[in-house]
Amino acid sequence: MLKKVLIVDDDPDFLDQMEIMMQKDFDLIRATNQKEAEKLLETVTVDAAVLDLMMESADAGFALAYHIKKKNPATPVIIITSVMSETGMDFEAKTPEEHSWIKADAILSKPIRYEQLKHEIQRLMEEKNA
Amino acid sequence: MPELLKVLVIDDEPGMRTGITRALRDCIIDLPDIGQQVCFEVSQSGTAEKGYEIIQQSQPNILLLDHKLPGMTGLELLKKLELKNSDMLVIMITAYASVDTAVEATKNGAYDFLAKPFTPAELKNMLQKASGRLMFQRQARKLAEEKKRLRFEFISVLTHELKSPLAAVEGYLNIMKNRDLGDNTSAYDHIIDRSLIRLEGMKKLIFDLLDLTRIESKQKKREITQVEINLLSQHCIETANVEAQKRGIVIKADIEKGIIFPSDANEIEIILNNLLSNAVKYNRDNGRVDMAIKHDSEKLIIKVSDTGIGMTEEESAKLFNDFVRIKNAKTHKILGSGLGLSVVKKLALLYNGSVSVESQPDVGSTFTVELGKVL
Ligand SMILES: Nc1ncnc2c1ncn2[C@@H]1O[C@H](COP(=O)(O)OP(=O)(O)OP(=O)(O)O)[C@@H](O)[C@H]1O
Ligand SMILES: [Mg+2]
Repeated sequence: MLKKVLIVDDDPDFLDQMEIMMQKDFDLIRATNQKEAEKLLETVTVDAAVLDLMMESADAGFALAYHIKKKNPATPVIIITSVMSETGMDFEAKTPEEHSWIKADAILSKPIRYEQLKHEIQRLMEEKNA
Repeated sequence: MPELLKVLVIDDEPGMRTGITRALRDCIIDLPDIGQQVCFEVSQSGTAEKGYEIIQQSQPNILLLDHKLPGMTGLELLKKLELKNSDMLVIMITAYASVDTAVEATKNGAYDFLAKPFTPAELKNMLQKASGRLMFQRQARKLAEEKKRLRFEFISVLTHELKSPLAAVEGYLNIMKNRDLGDNTSAYDHIIDRSLIRLEGMKKLIFDLLDLTRIESKQKKREITQVEINLLSQHCIETANVEAQKRGIVIKADIEKGIIFPSDANEIEIILNNLLSNAVKYNRDNGRVDMAIKHDSEKLIIKVSDTGIGMTEEESAKLFNDFVRIKNAKTHKILGSGLGLSVVKKLALLYNGSVSVESQPDVGSTFTVELGKVL
């Protein structure tokens, strides 16, 4: 059985591309915004989540990450963003104190390297199960 | 709440200093032009030297400066202050009006003169004038800062809007390059179509952006002519029909006969195109679009209604701002930059006009644009 991974991005083409590249490896569940994702999560339990940062608000990804972690702190959450290159802002989810507000296990930037993303999802799921 | 302005009096006559202090204490001055009030906090000095120190420390807004002082003169102090880079307004108090002193003082940045002796009313008059000037400068500065901030915000959103389609197309090209869908070329048809659609959207954004900068920079000469609205709107409907027919949407027009409206044809065309394109884009398949145009006491009234997805009141409130797009399950497959309606609004303002919307979710929307005389 493939692991269930929630993918959330407001760009439908980006979701399509993730599907093309990762449907062999995961059972993908898609949503296009924070609200839709939260509604889905009421009925579905996922093994990991990949979230776009900028959706209906500039930090919708963070808000959603928080929501997911509150339900189950063990669910791996990866945030994808192109914010870094645009604003020069740098989010690195590394130090424990940053973890306390970012609530994401990894932050990757666009354009996505799918091998890296797959690897990252798998690594985090193993880590959480251990 | 009145704005507190700091006033410094430098005069060697103690009577003058206390007189001014007393006149300005508890006094509130109205500035009707900018709808504000000011009051004053007065400090004083008997010499230019001591006054200079106070200025450095507390940076008063208004300086009442006597010319004839025991040590350094008022004029010398004025030179020393190098007022060019400061917001302080200096009013010279002079007992005898020597033209030379006046000219010299003005050259060095004095704002105005008050001839001794003066009444409290004359003093207040002068201060009203000076405060008005100060407050006006402040407002202008605030406005400039706000403009800068908006500019920055606009550019960051714009960058994001331009990068999203680029990233999408780049992603698709990489899939093609790596043959991720296998060797059968028809497997790539869909992603090629999507790439082209995203590029089309980007092109639209750039054109909208050009419209916007043209309106805002006011560089392009507007060509005001007697525009035949019937002909023009016919043309716009034809353009919109291309998309409409693909989805079985019917566009019906009810346009008053023979309207001639003094305007820039290009601008009216942009308005109509945007309203019609939205009415088609956000419609349901096999829906309907109604466009009605009337000429009523010098005003051109354009109404475009659709049977589309509509929107909530909360959503319609922010619609006419730059880059606003409503994001929900109904709109996420529809491409757009969110500039169309803000262009419409900016154009309407050039005709002393207005834009409004009435809408109901899943029933439809009616956009109304009213245009008046060209500004
Ligand atoms: N007729 C309509 N019915 C429902 N929603 C509409 C309608 N017209 C506009 N909207 C909403 O208002 C938003 C802003 O419209 P606007 O025309 O400014 O931008 P856009 O259509 O997204 O992009 P573009 O700049 O390409 O026109 C749209 O994204 C849509 O959500
Ligand atoms: Mg539009």
